[in-house]
Amino acid sequence: MSTIREAFADEPAFLPYLAVGDPDAEASVEYIEALERGGADVIELGLPFSEPIAEGPTIQSAVVRSLEGGMTPTKFFETVSRLTVDVPLVCMTYYNLIYRFGEEGGPKPFVERAAAVGIEGLVVPDLPAEEADPLREACDTYGLDLVFIVAPTTRGERLERIMDRVSGYVYVQARLGVTGARADVSTRTTESLDRLAEWDVPKAVGFGIKTGEHAREVIAAGADGVIVGSALVDLIAEGHNDGDSTAEVADRLEAKARELKGGALEGAGIEAEVEAENGGEPGARPERK
Amino acid sequence: MSERASKPDEERNADPGSGSASTAGDDGERPGTYGEYGGQYVPEALMPAIEELDDVYERYVLENDEGFMDDFEARIRDFGGRPTPLQHAEQLSERYDFEVYLKREDLLHGGAHKLNNALGQCLLAKYMDKERIVAETGAGQHGTATAMAAAHLGLDCEIYMGERDIRRQRPNVFRMRLNGAQVNPVEAGRGTLKEAISETMRDWATTVEDTHYVIGSVVGPHPFPAMVRDFHRVIAEEIREQSIEKFDALPTSVVACAGGGSNTMGAFAAFTDSEDSAVGLVAVEAGGSSLSVDEDRGVAPNSASLSTGSEGVLHGARTKLLQDGYGQIMESHSISSGLDYAGVGPELANLVDTGRVRAVAVDDDRALEGFHRLSQEEGIIPALETAHAIAWLDEADSAEVGERVVLNVSGRGDKDLESALEETAKRDLDIAPDMHVFDAQAMTDSDEVAETNGQDVNEGAQ
Ligand SMILES: Cc1ncc(COP(=O)(O)O)c(C=O)c1O
Repeated sequence: MSTIREAFADEPAFLPYLAVGDPDAEASVEYIEALERGGADVIELGLPFSEPIAEGPTIQSAVVRSLEGGMTPTKFFETVSRLTVDVPLVCMTYYNLIYRFGEEGGPKPFVERAAAVGIEGLVVPDLPAEEADPLREACDTYGLDLVFIVAPTTRGERLERIMDRVSGYVYVQARLGVTGARADVSTRTTESLDRLAEWDVPKAVGFGIKTGEHAREVIAAGADGVIVGSALVDLIAEGHNDGDSTAEVADRLEAKARELKGGALEGAGIEAEVEAENGGEPGARPERK
Repeated sequence: MSERASKPDEERNADPGSGSASTAGDDGERPGTYGEYGGQYVPEALMPAIEELDDVYERYVLENDEGFMDDFEARIRDFGGRPTPLQHAEQLSERYDFEVYLKREDLLHGGAHKLNNALGQCLLAKYMDKERIVAETGAGQHGTATAMAAAHLGLDCEIYMGERDIRRQRPNVFRMRLNGAQVNPVEAGRGTLKEAISETMRDWATTVEDTHYVIGSVVGPHPFPAMVRDFHRVIAEEIREQSIEKFDALPTSVVACAGGGSNTMGAFAAFTDSEDSAVGLVAVEAGGSSLSVDEDRGVAPNSASLSTGSEGVLHGARTKLLQDGYGQIMESHSISSGLDYAGVGPELANLVDTGRVRAVAVDDDRALEGFHRLSQEEGIIPALETAHAIAWLDEADSAEVGERVVLNVSGRGDKDLESALEETAKRDLDIAPDMHVFDAQAMTDSDEVAETNGQDVNEGAQ
């Protein structure tokens, strides 16, 4: 079993996302460590692309900050190779950066390099199953999982086509549209989870999850994990705008991670562990029943 | 190691090739690919809509189901004003040692070729029972055409337009508003066509169930490049017929400007078969201020993706792109908003690779000369996009283009008058009219300001 799949084995998983290099690589390293301390089971590392068509305003701005700070695929891999965290890492990026990496053309050099720096899976939001075989092959060669997104509109034959290719986990898109934190959890999540119920693959729900309460609802509806991006990226952006230190922002990320992981555990009827060092932080604890 | 998803009660076939069989063509190639180019690189949320579109494209457009194409042809005639004339350009023919014929798409309703596609897709949306239209626009011509077609067919319409282009193309923004469309400014990046397409795709990913995306050129995921070409094919079919009527032969060359390439593919579509290989096809791109690129700043001061681009994936298709060494898309530039794009249609990219179409580039300065030349010599003020094709005639070698050149006048220049005024004033062009009268106007304005302020403008300058 891949380490990514294992991350879902015992309890609901929490999968935070951030754009590496937002606002710079050093800060990202600290943020990633903070997310691990806060209970991350898998971390999705965004490699910024200039045309992020699946992203809402929050992550678009993070991508701009990162690119303006000089982030490139090479620097991304350097940064990842320095990480000492003990959770599986998934790279989320757009196909052109994968396709163009290295001299020979095609996805292989990118996947080889990703594997070399310890990345264990890829998510590529602009690569539907129809176009994915070259990347699937490269991932098989280097032992990476390839995660696919299942949308509320995905049914029938399309679902089968995705299931023929997915490994690691399925990214269940909670609603139509682009990424971004929302005020509520869509009812379409439940419908999607129902359609996927017969498949033996972890189901992680993303797009719009913002609070521990959302995480609880999604897990209670049958998901195996929750993916949270914009709500965390918002904390980074606010800290950046207010001139707060990296350590302050990292603390907030850790607390938010605890809230989300706690909500996820609660959704499965598991009580969150009480972490002594985090006492008193507002919003840090999931609400107890 | 990675293991695939499986249904516990059923042995799944893990062969990665097996699932795609239903979309493979007879020759084993996926439909919508042109050599190396094309494909469908879009978020999964859009794929079901794209599959549906592929299906209705085949039924309605290719097979004329429910008389769709008859309906389209009647409307593009009565509402659009087709056929457009093929006009002999007498002064230009005297100037060059070949005959020049102008395909007058500028006379189509709305003032550009764009209506062919906009009306076709809006009508298709109607047949698909979609209530809402979204579209991107660069020069505002596609937005204008879409707003008109949507009003004509009673559809709701929202247009995304880069804020920079909104400033460059103000009259078109007002036209869209007059036709009842909402215009949404896009502030990302340089605020041009690339950002407008990305933002429209985001809208569509949210609203796909009741909305159709009327893409404005032969770009994007399959079936868009093929479908947009087919709605514009009428340009080439008329050129063919009118040429035989007028000079009893096919043109020796067809010349068109290329941004995404819709007027280009439209003008070429009836000549790409091998039996017409004697008809030369020339795509004229925007050379901007220079064909070089600034990799560090991620800026290409041109939009010449056919001439200088490399293969990559953007906005749903694999094609030729302006990109840096890592595959980040560059900010493009052109004096004309409609050509200001870092990509190009996949079929056109392939026709250039196979040598069927010749790609050339014309820079901003010469395009502006072309703008003035057609205005002065033929009494037709062209769009700045078209002006690139006109300017290229100046360097066309008659041994190469032959004796009868058809130039596609993709649009008229009314939308560009403000830009043309500004850009002409910046340059010292022999061909330009005397701009003195505008300078005098500017001076009078500043005199008035100085007077009302009660002081001499020069006073503080010591
Ligand atoms: C008049 C005119 N010509 C040409 C173009 C370029 O588009 P395409 O390359 O798709 O023909 C535009 C685009 O806005 C246009 O308005």
